[in-house]
Amino acid sequence: MVALADQLLVLVMLINFIMLGSSRMAFVIRAVAAQGVILGIIPGLLHPFSGHLLIITASIILAKGVVIPYLLNDAVRKAQIRREVEPFIGYVPTLLLGAVFTAIAFVFAQKLPLAPEHRDLLFVPASIATLMTGFLILTTRKKAISQVIGYLVLENGIFIFGLLLTEAMPFMVEAGALLDLLVGIFVMGIVINHISREFSTVDTSQLQTLREE
Amino acid sequence: MTYLLVLLPLLGALIAWLIPDNRLRPLMLPVIALPHLALSLYLIVTPSIKVPGSWLWLDPLGKITLLAISALFAVCGVYAVGYLAYRQERSNRVLCLGLLVCLAAMSLVTLCQHLGLLWVAVETTTVSMAPLIYFNRNARSIEATWKYLLICSVGIALALLGLLFLAYATHVAHQDATLLLPDLLEDAKLLNRGWLHAAFIFLLVGYGSKLGLAPLHTWKPDAYGEAPGLVGALLAGGLVNCAFLAILRVYQISLASVTELLFFQQVLVGLGLLSMAVAAIFMARQHDFKRMLAYSSVEHVGILAIGLGIGKGALFGVLFHLINNGLTKGVLFLSSGNIHRSYGGKTTEIVQGALTRLPWSGGLFLAGFIAITGSPPFSPFVSEFSIISSIFTERQYLVGGLFLLFLAVIFIGMALTVLPMVMGTPRTDLEVTDYRDQLLTVGPPLVMLLVIVWLGVWPPDVLLQLLKDGAAMLEVRS
Repeated sequence: MVALADQLLVLVMLINFIMLGSSRMAFVIRAVAAQGVILGIIPGLLHPFSGHLLIITASIILAKGVVIPYLLNDAVRKAQIRREVEPFIGYVPTLLLGAVFTAIAFVFAQKLPLAPEHRDLLFVPASIATLMTGFLILTTRKKAISQVIGYLVLENGIFIFGLLLTEAMPFMVEAGALLDLLVGIFVMGIVINHISREFSTVDTSQLQTLREE
Repeated sequence: MTYLLVLLPLLGALIAWLIPDNRLRPLMLPVIALPHLALSLYLIVTPSIKVPGSWLWLDPLGKITLLAISALFAVCGVYAVGYLAYRQERSNRVLCLGLLVCLAAMSLVTLCQHLGLLWVAVETTTVSMAPLIYFNRNARSIEATWKYLLICSVGIALALLGLLFLAYATHVAHQDATLLLPDLLEDAKLLNRGWLHAAFIFLLVGYGSKLGLAPLHTWKPDAYGEAPGLVGALLAGGLVNCAFLAILRVYQISLASVTELLFFQQVLVGLGLLSMAVAAIFMARQHDFKRMLAYSSVEHVGILAIGLGIGKGALFGVLFHLINNGLTKGVLFLSSGNIHRSYGGKTTEIVQGALTRLPWSGGLFLAGFIAITGSPPFSPFVSEFSIISSIFTERQYLVGGLFLLFLAVIFIGMALTVLPMVMGTPRTDLEVTDYRDQLLTVGPPLVMLLVIVWLGVWPPDVLLQLLKDGAAMLEVRS
């Protein structure tokens, strides 16, 4: 089953590139939802069946696959944005950067003092690569909604690392973290809506009134 | 009993959400906050029994933070009734709900012995405060909210990564990963140094951005500047203390690991000095008094970080300063909120002669300024003096010299903004606003100011013992 999880992680990394290369918001949101659902399935492959596992898997899939995409789509519809235009760095350069970061992630993971049973698995490189992708989206895109997506991808990257350590993150903590993420995205969605009403754009490079003279 | 600390505010939040009347709803804040303070005081003076393996337990460090938070919130809760009476033009439902949820989350932070749960609680405080910064509903406040939400969320996410590294270090060492604080303290010596190092860096960056240590402080002036005074007080005195408690927990682990302590301390001193320097630079010629207070907050988290980095004798001062800074910031933010209401602006061009126009609020603001810059007889003087003298006893002359230099520059910079604000004569072409000083808006910060004087002149023995117990948890045991 671990081998299957490894293959799913390859898919996760491919989705990273899809997000880096696409300008259509609806498509990127679908991609991040797919990534979330895949990550929700993986714990089910790693651990023996139990009630807790079922609940946590179901709630991750529900949150990342249904609720968060709904909130994001809602924000997109209300703010009427279809595409990310004029990112700070173009799509091709970010794709290349993404590829470089993924390569670095693999090299770096080789050098880490991992536990022997984790050494040949994709979890750590996939985690670092996804994390870096999240950062790349956060820093290179201007639209508020793209930044939220970057944050989600970052969170997904951290989640992949957490898969190695389920016993340290008990059910309560896992559920709490998920709830925080949900409420966070909910609040961000509302804020985006207000930004678009106030500034008639969701371009965050417009947010620069507050600074020192 | 301890669970009530969390459940009581949550219940209050639910009731506040259900109350339809905009005038009645703010009453829920003192109704919950005052019993919460009483309960906190009771739990602080009764010795708590440690249950092995328990997640929620109030240790001396938690007690100190709980005291600072609960006292500040009680004062803010009473003040809120008076303040919100002036803000009837908009619904305060989200504000009351957010404040009470935040109180529950902050109480939970002080109780947590499981670092994962601690993380969840800190993240909850972040999210619950976001809508409150946006209370004024204008372009500036939405910008501040967005920056706060994004920077703090990403920062906290990095702290989670740091935690996972920490758990991974325990997994490498003995196969069952754990994030329970007592277990971590016990095992710290066995853990892999590489993972520990990485964990500490990420935890420091993560919680440091929440704390507002330079260079991660960029959201702070915006958020503090645009939030209502009431929310600013809780950001500067509540959330800062929660984030600092999280850093203290990490410090405890670095202490137990022995090998990592020096590294962690040096980073803390470095970031602390940088924070004070940044505050000194941006405090000069600051026209917006709420932003000035934000830089003062950056300065004081810098002082806390330096004290923690120096360790030993400074620890007592650090823990005392945690309480003093929170309460003094409360006085400053609440009185600045009053001044803002009365003048309809928060820049020094508009606000002049506050002592004439608003003798009480202006006086409180002036007294708060004198207290926060470390003058006797106020308690921040005692704690800052104790930190400085320990720096010199530890023979860190460069750190001590810079510390004093920055304090002097900050005092001058702050005085250049505050003195013209409170002295002089008010401009005659000001808009007429309906704000007048009255018992509910002036009384709470006044009480807080008296508490600061009390702690400065004659601190109660119970508190001193508590601070000593707390400092003992952070000292090297030989």
